[in-house]
This record gives sequence, C-alpha cells and structure tokens, in this order.
Amino acid sequence: MTTHDVFFSIVGLLCLASAVLAVTTKHILHSALWLVVSLGTLAGCYLVLGAEFVALVQLLVYVGAVVILVLFALMLTRAPIGRSTAHDASPAQRAAALVISAATAMLIGAVLIVGLGPGVASLRPSTTSDLATQIFATWSWPFELLSLLLLIALVTAISLSRMRIDDSLDDEAGDS
Amino acid sequence: MIHLWLPLALSAALFGVGLYGVLARRNAVLVLVGVELMLGAVGLLLVTAGVKHADAYLAGQTLTIFLITIAAAEIAVALGLVVLAFRARGQIDVTAARGDDE
Repeated sequence: MTTHDVFFSIVGLLCLASAVLAVTTKHILHSALWLVVSLGTLAGCYLVLGAEFVALVQLLVYVGAVVILVLFALMLTRAPIGRSTAHDASPAQRAAALVISAATAMLIGAVLIVGLGPGVASLRPSTTSDLATQIFATWSWPFELLSLLLLIALVTAISLSRMRIDDSLDDEAGDS
Repeated sequence: MIHLWLPLALSAALFGVGLYGVLARRNAVLVLVGVELMLGAVGLLLVTAGVKHADAYLAGQTLTIFLITIAAAEIAVALGLVVLAFRARGQIDVTAARGDDE
C-alpha cells in the first residue's frame, strides 16, 4: 500500500457509501443531498489521481449546478419532505435490480481489472497547464462543438419549459 | 504510485450502484440520480485510463471534462422533460401506465 492507495481507499469508500445511500434512501430529498456527497468525494478521487482541473470542473458543474437542478426538479414535482414509501418499487423488482446491477458491476470490474489493473502506475506531476494547452490546441474543435451542444441543450430546456400543455387555456393567453 | 485496481474497482462498483438506482426507483428524478452516478463511474474510468496510458494529448482528462459537460446538457434537458411530464400528468412515476393520466 502506497500513500496514494491509502488516500484513494478512504475517499473511494466514502464515495461508494454515499452513492449506495443516494440510491437506497427513502427520503427523496436526502437522495439528492447524498448525491452531492458522492460526486464531491468523486472529485476527491480525481485529485488523488492527479487530475486537479477535472476535480475542479466536477465540483463546479456537478455540485454547483447539476445537483441544484435536481433539487429544483424535486421541489417542482412536489416531492414529499421526509420519509416516503409512495414511490417505492416492489420488493421483487428491487431484488431483481440488485441481482442485475451486482452482476453487471462484477462483470465490468473483472474485465477492467484483468485488462488494465495489474501493476502500479506512477502519477504525473501537476497537469493543469498541459491540459490547457491540449484543450486549446489538439482538442479545440471538439471543444467548440461542445459549446454548440450546450447552447442547443439550453435552448431546448427553455423551449420545453415553455411548451403548452392545455390548448384550451392557452388560446386567449396566446401570442399577445 | 498507485495500484490501478483500486480506482477500477470503484468505477465498476459505482456503475453497479447507479444501475441499481435506475432499475429500482420509480420517481423519474431519482432515476436521473442513478444515471449521474453511472456517468461519474465512466469519468473515473477515463481518468484512470489516462493515468495508465500516459499519452501526450492527455486524452483521459480531456474526455472526462467533455463528459461532464455532456452530462450537464443531458441533465438540463432531462429535467425539463420531467417537469413537463409532471405538468401534463400530475405525477412522475415511471411505472405508471399511460392510460391512467386522469
């Protein structure tokens, strides 16, 4: 066990435990809050792996934006505060989901560990300036395409939220 | 120095947890929480592969940043759809039959 191993084990166990809580808790709002912890500790994992800029982006985008969106969606869809079993799947479905997901995780884990796992890897020193050079030189066209994709997603989300549900109510409210 | 099986095992386990969340939840927003966990697992796998194969283009970290951006676009559109479905149907139970809207 090297120092990196110890730190990664601590952060990774936190991440996994909060992810399990996020998908199993009966409090619907707690699910989103455990997602904050899980994605935040995942940023810690990126830090241990030497990807500090990715960790920053993860914190900013996920914890700062995505989870806020999820919380807003929960409030807009009138999620019950407190423990709720109204949206529980049946025990048979949960058992089947547990079996399928455990089998998938073991399959992926076995393939990845056999394929990539053996041995130790040395981490690069600080890569942020290299990353900036690469993004704005090698990867500049994908970067521009991504900004276009984000713009399209933004316009789509706005137009979705303004879409009319009930035609009879909207006739007089119309285009005035 | 880090043993690579640790992040790989965490990545596989996170993917399994996210898959469980997608399959076992009936609230559409909580299904999206599972999808986010699966995307996080993929990002961790990309960064780990970048540590293993140290290339000059830093493809692992760059693709992880792109993945996070795509995930943000995806969640914005998906939550817009969920809120729209809630306004149209009054509930967001993904197992509800289409006929019992009223």
